[in-house]
Amino acid sequence: MTTQRAEDLADAGTQSAPGESVAAEAARSGRFAALGQGLQQVLAFGTLIALIIVFTIASPKFLTITNLSSILLSTAVIGILAVGTTFVIITGGIDLSLGTAMTLCSVVTGLLLTDAGLPLPLGVLGGIAMGALIGLINGFNVAVLGLPPFIATLSMMLVAQGLALVLSGVKPIYFTTVDGFSKIALGEIIPKVPNAVLVLFGLAILAGIILRKTILGRMTYAIGSNEEATRLSGINTRRWVLAIYTLAGVATGVAGVVLAARLNSAQPQLGVGYELQAIAAVIIGGTSLLGGRGSILGTVIGALIMSVLINGLRILAIQTEWQTVVVGLVVLVAVFADNLRKRRAEGGGHR
Amino acid sequence: MKSYMKATVAVLAAAVMTLSACGRGNDAASSGDGGKSNLDIALVSKGFQHQFWQAVKAGAEEKAKELGVTMTFDGPASETEVDSQLQMLQAAIERKPDAIGYAALDPEACVPLLDQAKQGDIPVVEFDAGCNSKVPVTICKTDSKTAGALAAEHMAQLINKKGKVAIVGHSQINSTGVERRDGFIEKMKKDYPDIQIVDIQYGDGDHLKSADIAKAQLAAHPDLAGLYGTNEGSAIGIVNAVNELGLQPGKLTVVGFDSGQAQIDAIKSGVMAGAITQDPMGIGRCTIDSAVKAVKGESMDDVQDTGSFWYDKSNVDSSDIKPKLYQ
Repeated sequence: MTTQRAEDLADAGTQSAPGESVAAEAARSGRFAALGQGLQQVLAFGTLIALIIVFTIASPKFLTITNLSSILLSTAVIGILAVGTTFVIITGGIDLSLGTAMTLCSVVTGLLLTDAGLPLPLGVLGGIAMGALIGLINGFNVAVLGLPPFIATLSMMLVAQGLALVLSGVKPIYFTTVDGFSKIALGEIIPKVPNAVLVLFGLAILAGIILRKTILGRMTYAIGSNEEATRLSGINTRRWVLAIYTLAGVATGVAGVVLAARLNSAQPQLGVGYELQAIAAVIIGGTSLLGGRGSILGTVIGALIMSVLINGLRILAIQTEWQTVVVGLVVLVAVFADNLRKRRAEGGGHR
Repeated sequence: MKSYMKATVAVLAAAVMTLSACGRGNDAASSGDGGKSNLDIALVSKGFQHQFWQAVKAGAEEKAKELGVTMTFDGPASETEVDSQLQMLQAAIERKPDAIGYAALDPEACVPLLDQAKQGDIPVVEFDAGCNSKVPVTICKTDSKTAGALAAEHMAQLINKKGKVAIVGHSQINSTGVERRDGFIEKMKKDYPDIQIVDIQYGDGDHLKSADIAKAQLAAHPDLAGLYGTNEGSAIGIVNAVNELGLQPGKLTVVGFDSGQAQIDAIKSGVMAGAITQDPMGIGRCTIDSAVKAVKGESMDDVQDTGSFWYDKSNVDSSDIKPKLYQ
């Protein structure tokens, strides 16, 4: 019922329902946001190119096919997490459970493929389904129970971490007996491009289409711009928030499988801190933490900026401590740029 | 003046005891005198997830059973959580066990808490990593500097005593990370002047991060002769890097630390030349044994080295090494 109604609204039909103006407003602000994002993407892309040029000048070892391939591979896991959580952040939410939920998904895949001896596709699907389930629970806690996303996903972060340890028996699970599993991340359908990178780009394209072309995407922006107004216009925002968190959970599951495939093992103690890197990539890519604005392209560029930066600093043998400082400063600059743009946009509105 | 202070301490201690007794009513009866037959020993570890700590725990439990004492084993989720570990130590002190076994994540942050244990008359023994405090009576650990030097010795022989070497470390703060690195560097500097250590970076023992670090090091130094990983995660990161780059086994000499299924496999397949292992079960046994001795007031050496051991393809399945490999 409500879904139908939302579709009507989004189609912007000719009837003048009371909620229509709000939905139209949300769509309009989405379009304005798209303009702002265009600028942010150009900025982010410019930063990426500038970084590549700087590192290329600084070290002849940086711009080699092998190193570029390493950089792309190192972007995959964080990138996939970041793409999924872009949806959550656009709604104005946050997901702190990403990292450990990812680990739990790789543990579940490990158990299904080794202990249960399921065929490869089922084990992979099981891991992704675990991600979807975690996302659904996060969505339920946020949308139905009304918990703040920060708290709801913080507790999920701990629950997932604990469960990953319990289910694995606090031991890594090795996939050495599962033929072809590591190919998911390390095979090369396209030479020099590890499959994990294809998974990232494939998922990003899919997510980009969902965000830009489907009602789920429009609802993501609408809820982030003004959840109250969206609800008052007769849209069941709870259901959409549930769907959005579940979608992000699917990406978490994919990240879990790719991580396990790259390490050819499920490492139950891994994962803490990955959520912050993914969130940082989203922010660098120009998605606003306040919600309502953001893009998948930006997120992918943000994730690439992070991995190029870290790889370049490593090649230049900059101390690990300073690498962390530099990444922190980059996030700070990105948030500052976002604030500046927002202030300017508001200033412009008063003309 | 002195007696005034003593009185204050006594009042404080009494208050703490009352509080802790209130908190855990069923313990109230047994606390207060050290004369019970069934000793209670609290171990606060640097972690519990890693296989290494599981082996320490297993060794400790074995000894506890043998000596007829009860023990608890706590540790934070990750080895960077200094703060949450201190809370566990605090909780252990408040429980008033007969002795505490402690492995310090940070050598300074623990000092005031160990003073508190002393005030509560709880003897403290340390394991794996020490605190900069005079309170603990002994420490059961692998001498990490000796272990690092052992890694350097084997690395040097394997690369014919010359060439470039880089290190993937797991911590620039905790003592095992620092000493395994320094023992390695000092040995190279002292005995092998033709070996140059070109880069040291830290991956927190994270397999993924360590793999990316090793790949960057290999990109920056294509002529690298050897890579040394200072714990299981670092070493497996290097192995993953070698596999991902498709390097021929043996082109790069990889020396690891600790053990685990992946590391044993890498050694058998020739990707890793060999690694240093410790005796974690021995550490666990030594800790419980020392804790019981400490309760009885027996004297012990300040440092009890439980040893470090080189293993490679030739001895990985031997009866000497096998029990010391933790998976």
